[in-house]
Amino acid sequence: MSTDNEKNYLENGKGFSSWFFTTDHKRLGVMYLCGIGTFFIIAAIASVLLRAEHLSPGRTIVDAHTYNVLFTLHGSMMVFLFIVPGVAATFGNFLIPLMIGARDVIFPKLNLYSFWIYCLGAVIFLFALAAPADTGWTFYTPYSIESGTNVILITLGIFVLGFSSILTGINFIVTIHKLRAPGMTWDRLPLFCWAAYSTSILQVLATPVVAITLVLLIGERYWGLGFFDPAKGGDPVLFQHFFWFYSHPAVYIMILPAMGIISEIIPVFSRKPIFGYKSIAYSSLAIALISFLVWGHHMFTSGQSKLINIIFSAITFAVAIPTAIKVFNWLWTMYKGSIELSAAMLYALAFIFLFTIGGLTGLHLGALASTIHLHDTYFVVAHMHYVMIGGTLFGLFAALHFWYPKMWGKMFDEFRAKIAFVFIFIGFNVTFFPQFIMGTLGMPRRYYNYDPEFTIFHQISTAGTWLMALGFIFMLYNFFRPISKTAEANPYKSKSLEWSIPSPPPTLNFDEIPTVTESTYAYGNKIERET
Amino acid sequence: MTWLPPSASTFAPNVDFVLMLITVISVISCVLISFLLIYFVIKYRRKTDDDPTPAITHDSFLETLWTIIPTILCIVIFLYGYVYYDEYTTTPKNAYEINVTGQSWIWTFDYSNGKKTLNELYVPINQPIRLVMQSKDVLHSFFVPAFRVKQDVVGGRYTFINFTATQEGVFKIYCTEYCGTGHSDMGGKVHVLSKDKYAAWQSDSGSKIVNASADIPLDQVGAELRNSKGCVVCHNIDGAAGGTGPTWKGLFGKKRNFEDGSSTIADENYLRESIEYPTEKMVKGYQPLMPAYKGLLADYEITAIIEYIKTLK
Ligand code: HEC
Ligand SMILES: [Cu+2]
Ligand SMILES: [Cu+2]
Repeated sequence: MSTDNEKNYLENGKGFSSWFFTTDHKRLGVMYLCGIGTFFIIAAIASVLLRAEHLSPGRTIVDAHTYNVLFTLHGSMMVFLFIVPGVAATFGNFLIPLMIGARDVIFPKLNLYSFWIYCLGAVIFLFALAAPADTGWTFYTPYSIESGTNVILITLGIFVLGFSSILTGINFIVTIHKLRAPGMTWDRLPLFCWAAYSTSILQVLATPVVAITLVLLIGERYWGLGFFDPAKGGDPVLFQHFFWFYSHPAVYIMILPAMGIISEIIPVFSRKPIFGYKSIAYSSLAIALISFLVWGHHMFTSGQSKLINIIFSAITFAVAIPTAIKVFNWLWTMYKGSIELSAAMLYALAFIFLFTIGGLTGLHLGALASTIHLHDTYFVVAHMHYVMIGGTLFGLFAALHFWYPKMWGKMFDEFRAKIAFVFIFIGFNVTFFPQFIMGTLGMPRRYYNYDPEFTIFHQISTAGTWLMALGFIFMLYNFFRPISKTAEANPYKSKSLEWSIPSPPPTLNFDEIPTVTESTYAYGNKIERET
Repeated sequence: MTWLPPSASTFAPNVDFVLMLITVISVISCVLISFLLIYFVIKYRRKTDDDPTPAITHDSFLETLWTIIPTILCIVIFLYGYVYYDEYTTTPKNAYEINVTGQSWIWTFDYSNGKKTLNELYVPINQPIRLVMQSKDVLHSFFVPAFRVKQDVVGGRYTFINFTATQEGVFKIYCTEYCGTGHSDMGGKVHVLSKDKYAAWQSDSGSKIVNASADIPLDQVGAELRNSKGCVVCHNIDGAAGGTGPTWKGLFGKKRNFEDGSSTIADENYLRESIEYPTEKMVKGYQPLMPAYKGLLADYEITAIIEYIKTLK
């Protein structure tokens, strides 16, 4: 159509300003990727140091305060700068318009502003590192009121980051409603878009609550307002209610897009329609909605009433069911398929396995009698990392491999990618599995010092982080050493729209807006499909 | 079972049962899923680039099956968790109450007969106990793995733990709510005593148990007290700077400068005053973080600590 569309998006303009002022959703996706990638590396280095400290009880390399600062840095950076914007802002931006057959998101300028706000939030966050906070990423009062560290600045940074999240959410919701190509009905929409849609709802509805909470905390520190200070008649547990009212849905902000990715990758490498499209799509929505009603399961020992504990436990089990349904649907998609074990598929299958373990150990933490014992021990740390690394991070890595040809117009070396996978997969399990055992034995979390009987578990766990680190480095190396400088438009024979255009995509995506006539997952024998 | 801590309360076997139940269900589900996953990958691996595949899009029977089975399992697990939790949170009529106070970073226990202990909780065996807990400052959490009980302590309100110990012995207490630099050293021990020993302990002036072996030199008792009374959290003995409190190395006989500009030489009386009323003379450069130990340490314990500090040259 237009001549603008001759250049691909990577070549259309060079230099800093052509990127930093772009409204192209693909370029924004790439920039978010650079942003979250950087923070991931910093936060991962912090975690390697944390684990190294645990090679022996007592002091190994740093003192107690530094340890506390490191785990706060690790947690808050991973959560607020890496994993919350994580998959949604990077692949959401890159893929949603391509998948629904649009030229861009509906508000491209707003999209750019969201990115700038992310940068601003990140800069404030980094300034806070002058006297880094030691409160843990949860900023529980009253400790966060009394701590002599830069709590105000770091929470201000997170407050600003929240707006980026809200605006991106609004943009995606409206884009998916308004810009779907003709024929792209809701029941043909790729499941990644369903997941991104559910995530966006959470971002828009939940983020304001954490923003308000953090403002109250700043007010408390700065003016001594006293909402959360028992000495002034406030209630420290109220802070936890506010905080988790956001942060529990945030768990799903982190995991839902990754689930969307898995729903895209498995059908392609099995050459089969996704099994139970409707139940996957609706379970995303169901998870999003129920996730607003379970925040109290982070507070089973906080002193909230017995009745409330019982209600939250019951609702928590209700989230387990849609999650289980998804796992079985993915599994059954492979039944009678034609399965190719590419690196992307390996990450997707590892996701299913690890996420299942993460989900099942959630039952231990949801049942009241057992959670009393396990709460705030390493069991929770292990559970959460199985969900967040085994889930979200493996999903992100699957996406990085799967859409690599589309994003960069190059091909990577599959063999090297698989070696990196093996290191990361084994390293991950070596790191976190012993933590389940430690936690059951009673090892509390956020402990600088520990009893000698836990030494062996800590040492195994630390060794695991080294394996994982090696795997990450090798994976990065592989990404920067492509084996071919060109990529086919559709190397995997996928039916999704983003693969119908050249790799990398032209600046305006589609020469002509496509008309969609069948489901994104129309693989397999046609006759059977029509029955 | 080696992956569980010792089980020493009436609640512990219930928790272990729920843990076992969920673990068995989890292991079976996980094995089933992994088996299917690996089986499919091997059985249906790609042979040619255009293998025919069936276009199965859904199957109502299967989908109903894997909705109903997890639902039933979840209900069963929830009910077991709930029933035992209900039992744990219901206070027996004849429960013996002990007041617990958490503060950075020590636990104090007040008994009905006016006794007070620090970081060491004494309870009789087979007697329902109710802990009435509060915090003097930030949040802490009282956790005894052997009893499988845990509860946060909060300022401005009371929280509770019920338990009945079933085994004599000494068990660990941990703080499990992050509370700052000394969090991981904020611990203690529960001593479960037989009814007779407990009665003896209660009527005792307080010295016998710690002082049981009178042949231990006083400074060694002091060294032990530094750990058990929580001084270790804030005071090191290797001379390193940067701790929450001043180091004890070389403290005795040294000139102390205070916030108000005055100074003194650290002798026995100064040390005693600093331990009982720490805020009276604030050492320059430190925050008023040390709890007042007046009434928490017996006379001979203070003497033992001072003797110990004297040995740290
Ligand atoms: C929560 C931290 C904390 C704990 C626990 C603690 N202290 Fe202190 N201690 C301090 C601080 C801070 C100072 C300095 C400020 C002051 O003088 O009060 C101090 C000062 C002292 C001094 C005076 C030291 C000097 O350099 O002049 C002595 C003696 C002392 N503590 C003994 C003890 C003993 C004995 C215990 C245990 C029974 C103990 N402390 C427990 C924090 C603590
Ligand atoms: Cu504590
Ligand atoms: Cu603590």
